[in-house]
Amino acid sequence: MSATLTAPVPSTPSARPTSASQGKKTSTGWGDWIFENLTLIFALSILAIAAAIAWQLFKNSALARHAFGWSFLTKQIWDPVAEDFGALPFIFGTLVSSALALMIAIPLGVGVAIFLSELAPRRISDACAFLIELLAAIPSVVYGLIGIFVLVPVMRTHVQPFLIKTLGFLPFFRGPAYGVGMLTAAVVLAIMIVPFIVSISREIFLSVPAPLKEAAMALGATHWEVVRLAVLPYSRSGIAGAVFLALGRALGETMAVTMVIGNVPRIAASLLAPGYTMAAVLANEFTEATSDLYVHTLIEIGLVLFVITILANAIGRLILYKMAPDAEAH
Amino acid sequence: MPGTYRHRRWVNTAAFAVTGFCAFLTLGILFFILGYVTVHGIGALNWNFFTQLPKPVGETGGGMANAIVGTFKLIWLAALIGLPVGVLGGIYLAEYGRGTTVGFLVRYAADVINGVPSIVMGIFAYTVVVLPMKHFSALAGGIALGIMLIPIAVRSTEEFLKLVPMAIREAALALGLPRWKVILRVVIPTALRGLLTGVLLDLSRVSGETAPLLFTAFGNRFWSSGWMNPIASLPVMIFTYAVAPYEDWHRQAWAAALVLLMIVLATNVGARVLMRKQVRI
Repeated sequence: MSATLTAPVPSTPSARPTSASQGKKTSTGWGDWIFENLTLIFALSILAIAAAIAWQLFKNSALARHAFGWSFLTKQIWDPVAEDFGALPFIFGTLVSSALALMIAIPLGVGVAIFLSELAPRRISDACAFLIELLAAIPSVVYGLIGIFVLVPVMRTHVQPFLIKTLGFLPFFRGPAYGVGMLTAAVVLAIMIVPFIVSISREIFLSVPAPLKEAAMALGATHWEVVRLAVLPYSRSGIAGAVFLALGRALGETMAVTMVIGNVPRIAASLLAPGYTMAAVLANEFTEATSDLYVHTLIEIGLVLFVITILANAIGRLILYKMAPDAEAH
Repeated sequence: MPGTYRHRRWVNTAAFAVTGFCAFLTLGILFFILGYVTVHGIGALNWNFFTQLPKPVGETGGGMANAIVGTFKLIWLAALIGLPVGVLGGIYLAEYGRGTTVGFLVRYAADVINGVPSIVMGIFAYTVVVLPMKHFSALAGGIALGIMLIPIAVRSTEEFLKLVPMAIREAALALGLPRWKVILRVVIPTALRGLLTGVLLDLSRVSGETAPLLFTAFGNRFWSSGWMNPIASLPVMIFTYAVAPYEDWHRQAWAAALVLLMIVLATNVGARVLMRKQVRI
């Protein structure tokens, strides 16, 4: 996904290469043979690395997998002293914070993309897209820093008391205003994934065939009606793909979340309560893990996180690939 | 009265006001972050920050010279490990692997690696380097970052090489050049600016990474004594200093954030300006 985001490459109809049999070992062809196989080895090493990542995570979580079995995914205990571990609070925290972040980021990102592709003049649109991609370049730890020292105090003194006062009758907005917590983490995450949603959606909007829009205009549609009747229906699945790619990123986001979510392994109904995510527990406890079982448990959490992110990314790429097979699921 | 022209005009205006506000808000957040880090960072930056080692816990002053050098060392190591694999793999995909099963699998693997959360990449480097060696090292951090470089290097290399028209390759082949010389002497020079852009964007992305370094390069309050030992880096220092309870450390965290942001954004913007100047082929 970052390839689309950071290196906008105009897609050209890719001509077929000259036939692969060029690389045969004729009297002058040894150079070709060596070069092709050299690059092939490096290409295959990418496959090997992907396999090695999965295998290492699987192998080095063996102790925890044997000790806890599948119940690891459903237990809520996290007791390093008694060495009894369950990952449910972390899985819950990861899924809920990412889902909340998407709920904020989708309307915002799609709104920006509509504005940039349909309303703003091309020059302004390009400049804005350039700037919004800078948002994606800001390191995660800098978001965390802003989160700790700017967002958390604002949430504690203004936003959360306001939510408790006005929406406190809902279970989601009860409890004391800590500042840190699930909602704060979701806000930071949302800002971090907006650029992804904007850049992919904008590209999709810009690729809507002009005759579709012209047909709507010819029927007397206003600008917004063109967006609603022609642009959005055509782009729906593309946006879904963008959302899954953004989800994949939100699920694995570590530093910013670790710094603002509160790091308490408990499942709470309230979004104001502190939580914990899989990535955050890895960041906080990995270097402190003393026993082999503890380390293997943390690696198993890494394995679960790996599987969930791969799924989100695979779904996203599949959707985008179905939309534009030529793009080879970039 | 939905459906009347006036109503539809009103909805039209409202819809664009809302989407315009979304854009305004997003850009506002960007400028707020850049401005806030700059203001707080400049206040804390001084000459000592660039030249001195961190002071022991509890003492004020000192700097992050070791972390700045450490960050560049780690990026250098990562580039050394990741870029050859990425670029040569990308050359294979663009020149030999179009429409083949191997090509498809490699592309897919690159996408999988691209989707792996950075912290999980840290675990991977931990299991393959730190566990056997039994201590944290710059090498482990470099490997974690290096692998993160691969997927984008592969895809950007492939995309930019594909932009080189077939006719150029055919002309070179018709002159009797073997294919590997065509690739090295004709195709790659033609796409060089694009390749450089991709590599720079890639480097800018990993240079701000913190999570994969936490338990690989670990951190070091002194000068690192070699590739096999722990090494300090700016992102990890920012994290450590930000969550610590000392006022002076917070001040230095802002300074470090400003320096890191400068490095990352300069590389990023530089790469994209380079791209814009490219003559469209």
